[in-house]
Amino acid sequence: MATIDSIQGATGSGTNAIPHLDVDPFALEFFDDPFPTHARLRDAAPVVYLDKWNVFGVARYAEVHAVLHDPATFCSSRGVGLSDFAKETPWRPPSLILEADPPAHTRTRAVLSRVLSPAVMKQIRDHFAANAEAKIDELLERRSFDAISDLAESYPLSVFPDAMGLKKEGREHLLPYAGLVFNAFGPPNALRQEAIERSAPHQAYVQEQCQRDNLAPGGFGACIHAQVDTGAITAPEAPLLVRSLLSAGIDTTVNGIGAAIYCLARFPDQLARLRQDPALARNAFEEAVRFESPVQTFFRTTTRDVEIGGSRIGEGEKVLMFLASANRDPRRWDNPDQYDITRRTSGHVGFGSGIHMCVGQLVARLEGEVLLTALARKVGGIEITGPVKRRYNNTLRGLESLPVTFTPA
Amino acid sequence: MPTITFIQPNNQSRIIEARDGESAMQVATSNGIDEIVAECGGNAMCATCHVYVDEQWIDRLAPMSGDEDALLDGAAAERLPNSRLSCQITMAPELDGLILRLPDRQI
Ligand code: HEM
Ligand code: FES
Repeated sequence: MATIDSIQGATGSGTNAIPHLDVDPFALEFFDDPFPTHARLRDAAPVVYLDKWNVFGVARYAEVHAVLHDPATFCSSRGVGLSDFAKETPWRPPSLILEADPPAHTRTRAVLSRVLSPAVMKQIRDHFAANAEAKIDELLERRSFDAISDLAESYPLSVFPDAMGLKKEGREHLLPYAGLVFNAFGPPNALRQEAIERSAPHQAYVQEQCQRDNLAPGGFGACIHAQVDTGAITAPEAPLLVRSLLSAGIDTTVNGIGAAIYCLARFPDQLARLRQDPALARNAFEEAVRFESPVQTFFRTTTRDVEIGGSRIGEGEKVLMFLASANRDPRRWDNPDQYDITRRTSGHVGFGSGIHMCVGQLVARLEGEVLLTALARKVGGIEITGPVKRRYNNTLRGLESLPVTFTPA
Repeated sequence: MPTITFIQPNNQSRIIEARDGESAMQVATSNGIDEIVAECGGNAMCATCHVYVDEQWIDRLAPMSGDEDALLDGAAAERLPNSRLSCQITMAPELDGLILRLPDRQI
């Protein structure tokens, strides 16, 4: 129910009171259907306080965007999860890009931007497209399958690890490792604790694969290590930057592709529209990223007292950005709860915005585009044929199981 | 208010009023110029807001950054000497009358 549990007295003159809400955005019931609570958070105030975890929250587009675009005030180097690196030891050595601020971030970011640039996408495009066609052909032959394991997971796993230059052995650690990383941004709930308890073998695998000798020439991993030779980064930095791509490069696209398939299965008029005009494939994927927001939230930490949305936040506070809520804020979007593949999606924050905006966004879009293009050409209908099960993660939104039947075009 | 003339690939042109401080990309996307896709929302990360700046205007724009230069190499349509990213062109009174040609594709 839309109750505001208490109102904190205004702390400074001319600033608005910040409502305290009894919302746990990391609870399983919340994950089942976050959208009504997002609306409640947005409508309560531009800035809210969540007593459950003692954090501030922003859920409207304007404030989420403002926080993303002021990295000097809302920093990442104290962690982009709940844990404050100034007070707690991080569960793993911090990321050199995600959990860094300028000027350190500027340098590592430039390296990964080069490795994943539009020019590089042109080189990998045909291979990614051929694999997408083959995957859709295979699934049309099977007819009935699980769209999560057999498509949303299986397709990225058929292209991304090879593009990285990873060995064949041990790839089964990739999804559990990513699940762990994204659970670890959350609070110390069961999801996080259990993931960390089981983390040792996955961490050992990833650490090993990040070494130069284990990465095939020509792949993204080798390209990162090659930047050591130009002096852009040091030798100890390279494996950690490879780790960033292994952490953020697979489970995100799994959930992005899963979101797109789930949308097209639920909204047959949009599938029909896509089949009429397969050139909409790229935007159909982008709109799924807006609509479902595979990455739901990230935190920042304030570096000073700051006023935002008419409210004051002190120094050293955690601020939770509800990206998914910003992407459906009616203050910014027309008919936000509609999946519309012809929407102008530019400006959504599903990939973030500002200096930390997803450095792998072109890879994600490439995978989404080529897969949905193949689907638009070959698949006539998608029917959900069994119980849809949600997968719970502190940061990622997606499904555990989506049984479907494809009918050929 | 400065105006921008957008010339579409079929040579039709549209003159649009811009606000100072807005990027040429924002002017295009908020006025239904579909040739500007702007997937990254103006963060200089996607190269889908590529334009060809009219020759008489190219030298009057602020010089491009290294990031913009690198991104333009990956633009979908051919890169020409007058290629720029429209999200990196900030409108100001002295740019009144700016002429931008739109490429035939961004992806
Ligand atoms: C649909 C798929 C994806 C989604 C929804 C997504 C989402 C995001 C978001 C929201 C951020 C911003 C983090 C922040 O502001 O703190 C981010 C950053 C990042 N993403 Fe992605 N991502 C996706 C795919 C990928 C892929 C495929 C890769 C690698 C190839 C990748 C690598 C990264 C990295 C390294 C960062 C950190 C960038 C920085 O801090 O400068 N992501 N992503
Ligand atoms: S909008 Fe993405 S580079 Fe200009």
